[in-house]
Amino acid sequence: MDALALARLQFAVTTIYHFLFVPLTIGLALTVAIMETIYVRTKNPAFKTMAQYWGRLFLINFAVGVVTGIIQEFQFGMNWSSYSRFVGDVFGAPLAIEALLAFFLESTFIGVWIFGWDRLRPAAHALAMWLVAFGTSVSAFWILTANSFMQEPTGYAIVHGRAEMTSFGALLGNPQLWVEFPHVLLAAFTTAAFFVAGISAYFLLRRRNVEMFRSSMKIALTIGAIASLLIALNGDAQAKHVVQAQPMKMAAAEAVWNTRNGSAPWTVIAGIDQAAGKNTFALQIPGVLGFLSGTNHFLGINQLQKQDVQKYGPGNYVPPVAVTFWSFRIMVLAGGLMILLAWYGIYLMARRRALEGRRRYLGLLLPALGLPYVANTFGWIMTEIGRQPWVVYGLQKTLQGVSNTVSTGEVATTLIGFTVIFGLIAAADVYLMVRYAKAGPESHEPSPEVPLETAAVL
Amino acid sequence: MDLNTLWFILICVLFIGYFFLEGFDYGVGILLPFVGKTDVERRAVIQTIGPVWDANEVWLLTAGGAIFAAFPQWYATMFSGFYLALFVMLVGLIARGVAFEFRSKDERPGWRGMFDWLIFFGSLVPALLWGVAIANIVEGVPIDAHMNYVGGFFNLLNPYALVGGLATLLVFTLHGAVYLTMKSEDEIRERARRASYKIGWAAAGMAILFVAYSALRTDMFDKPGVGMLPGIVAILAGLSLVATRLFLDRRREGWSFISTGVAILLVVASVFLTLFPRVMVSSLNPKWDLTVYNASSNPYSLHVMTIVAFTALPIVLAYLAWTYWIFRKRTSIKQVMHY
Repeated sequence: MDALALARLQFAVTTIYHFLFVPLTIGLALTVAIMETIYVRTKNPAFKTMAQYWGRLFLINFAVGVVTGIIQEFQFGMNWSSYSRFVGDVFGAPLAIEALLAFFLESTFIGVWIFGWDRLRPAAHALAMWLVAFGTSVSAFWILTANSFMQEPTGYAIVHGRAEMTSFGALLGNPQLWVEFPHVLLAAFTTAAFFVAGISAYFLLRRRNVEMFRSSMKIALTIGAIASLLIALNGDAQAKHVVQAQPMKMAAAEAVWNTRNGSAPWTVIAGIDQAAGKNTFALQIPGVLGFLSGTNHFLGINQLQKQDVQKYGPGNYVPPVAVTFWSFRIMVLAGGLMILLAWYGIYLMARRRALEGRRRYLGLLLPALGLPYVANTFGWIMTEIGRQPWVVYGLQKTLQGVSNTVSTGEVATTLIGFTVIFGLIAAADVYLMVRYAKAGPESHEPSPEVPLETAAVL
Repeated sequence: MDLNTLWFILICVLFIGYFFLEGFDYGVGILLPFVGKTDVERRAVIQTIGPVWDANEVWLLTAGGAIFAAFPQWYATMFSGFYLALFVMLVGLIARGVAFEFRSKDERPGWRGMFDWLIFFGSLVPALLWGVAIANIVEGVPIDAHMNYVGGFFNLLNPYALVGGLATLLVFTLHGAVYLTMKSEDEIRERARRASYKIGWAAAGMAILFVAYSALRTDMFDKPGVGMLPGIVAILAGLSLVATRLFLDRRREGWSFISTGVAILLVVASVFLTLFPRVMVSSLNPKWDLTVYNASSNPYSLHVMTIVAFTALPIVLAYLAWTYWIFRKRTSIKQVMHY
């Protein structure tokens, strides 16, 4: 592999890995804040125990999210220096603002939350977690402002071969941002909802701490049902927008090779032959694509390629179609399953059925903990692969963005290094997560505290 | 003053914040295996920086983001140029961050011992590498006409840079030792005080050696426009470290912490004074230097960023100060610990 391929692989590995932890951080901060607020309002200590239990799991996850995020701040310059020179004027601003407005807020108030149980009044302590939750969402907003520019550049002008910011308002008003940000935020809430629901199901199945986990489950299912349904509505709006703004990405995601007019069929699954520019087979539902895409004139990959050659000069403008197509389907399928599971739970709650008696349903919720991770990961793969060969859509190709002074050996070294470290961290993280989740709410921590008299002697 | 200069100063301030604050938590991390003899003592040592180390690291992320936003060419040249050195530093920062959070979550001695050493090395590596980076930045590195770093990894490791590295390592360790003396009790406090004594003269000596070496290798003492000013500021930094040691003799811990802090502030100020208006010095041709003008974003970008920074910074500083106030008490091994 050459330096470009390795740099791309490194970006994929580090960013996908980072994003395994980020959505849970965002969503669980909100969930814990809600739980602690119920405690402050009702003064029922059970909710304090609940907030502390989920808070412990939150902290394990948060730590990994933070340290893997440091790399993100550096690797644009390290591996993508030509990209950084080209877009830094526009792209650097949201990154700097993210650090200033979000990172300080979340890192400070998570410290206050951890160490402030006996130093702050309950309401002030709960406020600390609300500020963490707010900080994580603000962070998502700014990083997605930067990402949206890559998908759909706005508010810039090309001066001396560099993209310069001309309108901060246009950067923030980017229509892509306003479909992408809600999508990611809702996905984060759903991730936390299924995390809490899955672990609660584990306890309800074993009839341990039934009271607390029943309440946790209700909170989680409520958040999950609302968020997962809203994502579907938002996703529909997003798809309709992308059809207009990045037609090639959507054509690849639907594996539509040739322009379709009128009520086109929607392809459920297909065999994709990118070299031949066609599908070898396709299972289709008639008339649905027009409805989903919001257009009666859905441009095909082959026609878009011709258009792009005219617009940007000779080259191949078709992204890896199979990856884009299947990532999209995997994401949608995982999302659909989450909607069904969450709303079935709401139905049970509405019928006042005891959730702990529904063993088959609970048994499904435990593995369903993985569904949001699948959806989040493949959603990003679809978005980023579907944009290829561009790193900034229509402005700079990925090939042109890579650092030209960094050798293949250097990229390989850091790629292997980060991958090994991430593997070790993943092992430690999963070990601790499982251990602390299983330990349940009673044990404040597995290791016994040193008794006071011993401590006094030391 | 134009916005380019303003952003140069702002980035200088962010680095002062980063080295001042994270400087002491690197020091505490380096001292951890030596000052904490038992597990509970080590937990108390980590507890002294527990509520603040994460926010301290954000100063670095903010400085990095500010360089990217205000001087994208500087960001691109430095980060791709110092590639492997940055990788090693990132590994240190990652290991350290995970170690703080994970070390006390399992009671096996092997687990905790492993993470204690990760905290040690994860603190030592950035503390050393920052001095190496500073020396290379002020002395100049091979940068070509297209703003590309054309040296290798081993270019960065020369005797001058290693003196710089040892200087920051010792200064941060001293800063941490004094901080720990202020924030702990009993045995830990005594050991931290003794550590401050031992490191005190070494840190002051190495810092002064670094300044003297800089006089030979950089234009710190004969810079057009400012003359000897950057060099004098650097000498004051060295003297401030001598003061640290003298305050320790008189058991004035607060004052000695302030003097290591002032030393750090002056070192960073001297570096930025030496550089200005350059941000990266080319050792190949002065025409190829990156400056606050040829490396910057356009005036509109800087204008937007200035408004955001001056709105947000006062709020951030206010709640950071509030946190240090809330957690002002000394840490005792008798209290319930998170770490």
